[in-house]
Amino acid sequence: MEVLKIATAGSVDDGKSTLIGRLLYDTKSLTSDKLEAIEKSSRKKGLDYLDFSLATDGLVAEREQGITIDVAHIYFSTQRKSYIIADTPGHVEYTRNMVTGASTSQVSIILIDARKGVIEQTQRHFFINNLLRLKEVVVAVNKMDLVNYSEDVFNEIVSDFKKIQKESEYNDQKVTFIPVSALWGENIADVSSNMGWYQGNTILDYLENIKAEDFQKKTQSRFPVQTVIRPKTEDHRDFRAYAGKLSGGNLKVGESITVLPSLTSSKVKEIYFFDKEYAEASSGSSITITLEDDINITRGDTLVKSDEIPKCSKTLISTICWMDSKSMLPSAKYLLQHNTNRILTKIDHIESISLGNYDTGEINSNLQLNQIGQVSMKLSKLIYADTYENNPENGRFILIDPITNTTAGVGFIDSL
Amino acid sequence: MNSILKQNPLESEAIYIFREVVTQFENPVLLFSGGKDSITLVRLAEKAFYPAKIPFPLLHIDTGHNFPETIAFRDKLVKEMGLDLIVRNVQDDIDNGKSVEETGKYSSRNSLQTNTLLEAIEEFKFDACIGGARRDEEKARAKERIFSVRNDFGEWDEKNQRPEVFDMLNGRIEIGQNVRVFPISNWTELDVWNYIDREKIEIPSIYFSHEREIFERDGLIWTASEHVFKDESEEVETKNVRFRTVGDVTCTAAVESHAKTIEEIVYEIIHSTISERGARIDDKRSEAAMETRKQQGYF
Repeated sequence: MEVLKIATAGSVDDGKSTLIGRLLYDTKSLTSDKLEAIEKSSRKKGLDYLDFSLATDGLVAEREQGITIDVAHIYFSTQRKSYIIADTPGHVEYTRNMVTGASTSQVSIILIDARKGVIEQTQRHFFINNLLRLKEVVVAVNKMDLVNYSEDVFNEIVSDFKKIQKESEYNDQKVTFIPVSALWGENIADVSSNMGWYQGNTILDYLENIKAEDFQKKTQSRFPVQTVIRPKTEDHRDFRAYAGKLSGGNLKVGESITVLPSLTSSKVKEIYFFDKEYAEASSGSSITITLEDDINITRGDTLVKSDEIPKCSKTLISTICWMDSKSMLPSAKYLLQHNTNRILTKIDHIESISLGNYDTGEINSNLQLNQIGQVSMKLSKLIYADTYENNPENGRFILIDPITNTTAGVGFIDSL
Repeated sequence: MNSILKQNPLESEAIYIFREVVTQFENPVLLFSGGKDSITLVRLAEKAFYPAKIPFPLLHIDTGHNFPETIAFRDKLVKEMGLDLIVRNVQDDIDNGKSVEETGKYSSRNSLQTNTLLEAIEEFKFDACIGGARRDEEKARAKERIFSVRNDFGEWDEKNQRPEVFDMLNGRIEIGQNVRVFPISNWTELDVWNYIDREKIEIPSIYFSHEREIFERDGLIWTASEHVFKDESEEVETKNVRFRTVGDVTCTAAVESHAKTIEEIVYEIIHSTISERGARIDDKRSEAAMETRKQQGYF
């Protein structure tokens, strides 16, 4: 069955969790025991309606404070599709989680409170969608019941949003605006009877009609080697194969390949998945391949088609979203993890900060938690990579703090 | 030769995760319960490294209150596939005073497993423990990472987790820390059943409908067993039941069922109004039962 991954973004109290809870309820994905738990908790909180946000806020601290702290993954399905929703927190402190949630998604739903309209955070959410190059964006204008289902309010929000879209660097995305009331289930799965002026899809109809395969960008094939398979058993004494996940495009038996960074060449001899042999593997497959020649290949190497060798460089210009409470300092060293390869890197300088810190609005010479900026960096070894724009899977990386070992940032290669 | 391979994305992701585990860690282990999820993990691990053998052992934390069918199945699987199995017993920790048996009507060794598990991790210096937990099972598990760092007390700091972006996994840890790895995080209960069906994976017989002596308590079907406390007022009867999730006898409730095949099981799940863990007595202790146990180092 087709799988569609969705990220949600909204500010605190925009009703994101309620919207997701509603989707679950209206698609009959909430089983009776979970529904009972929601009824019980809603009564305990003194509410006279069902608080669907309780379906998704999984941590005690979240339920106490009524906010979402961490990305939760929620699963539901209809006759047509399986859905995975990354419920990402809207609270400013937790922007790193929003990038995390959006990074594995194909569609994004941005919530706007009809009473508040387009606010600074809406811009930030849209900016992150664009940074990740998400092609489909739904703007759900929520709490329409609190503005008397006013068409004027809705239209004003649409026109405000289009202004940010116009100003945005990346505006290839398709934006769909839907007026909803998540609390009362209006235009979520069922058409609202209070907004006759709106003729478009409900959220669910919209999602059902999207084709997930449209999102897979066909680019050049990359095969980062994860591990070398050498069974050394009676039956497979000299068997030596390379295991990894193919990205970008397909790979065929007989094709000429080049190993990066050694630049040695060979041909694909066999493609295996488990105990079966294939003539061709499609992008996204975890496979095991053998080569015609016996050459030295280890984890961290990448196999590419010989006529599709990416650029190489010892310097990178990248857009980085900082995710660590310890700020990124110029001249600091980090481990850059690019696919299966790790290279030591030094921050040369910060070119610009695209999104300032929310709390203070201040822009510093270092990159702080939840800031996004363009950074120039030097690498200890050559890297063969693509820009994120051209080949997302080979154009992104994470930065690991070598002292604390935490994932401190995520980078999108702009040029090399 | 088959022509073009177009892989199931969930399977591809799980295999990718297994291969990251063996290269990023020195001493991984697969936490095996004998349930369908850990059996599925074994199949995925087999595929990830074929034709080489699965390059890590299995660890079973045995409460001593298991369904005999599960243990028989475990031993058969290990023998047939030539796997290394390590068993550590909750009973041993009770005997040497490290764990204290619960008493009363709801007593179970479920939460005592944590202690035994953490002892085993220390004993063998495992740095990665692969588990079959899925995000769709339970709301605290929905917050889990694929590589989830535990401190040297085995604790989960749920409010301060490492970000995980795209499919890039960071397994760097300090000495003493370990990582819990969840290759089937993004699978749902139905995905697992469909996979078991498609791959013709063998599973313990208690997943299929069978006659069993049971009694009812709090709307759940409990197994009548020497390990389960039962009131005199609670009447034992024989019913056709099956298990949807398999923990030990004291924490797993049965569901009434006539499903004899996987196809029938899938039909039942689609039409069920109760969630999978709705039949887990251990989750019913409180709304945060799973979160609390996970913080302490539970599976």
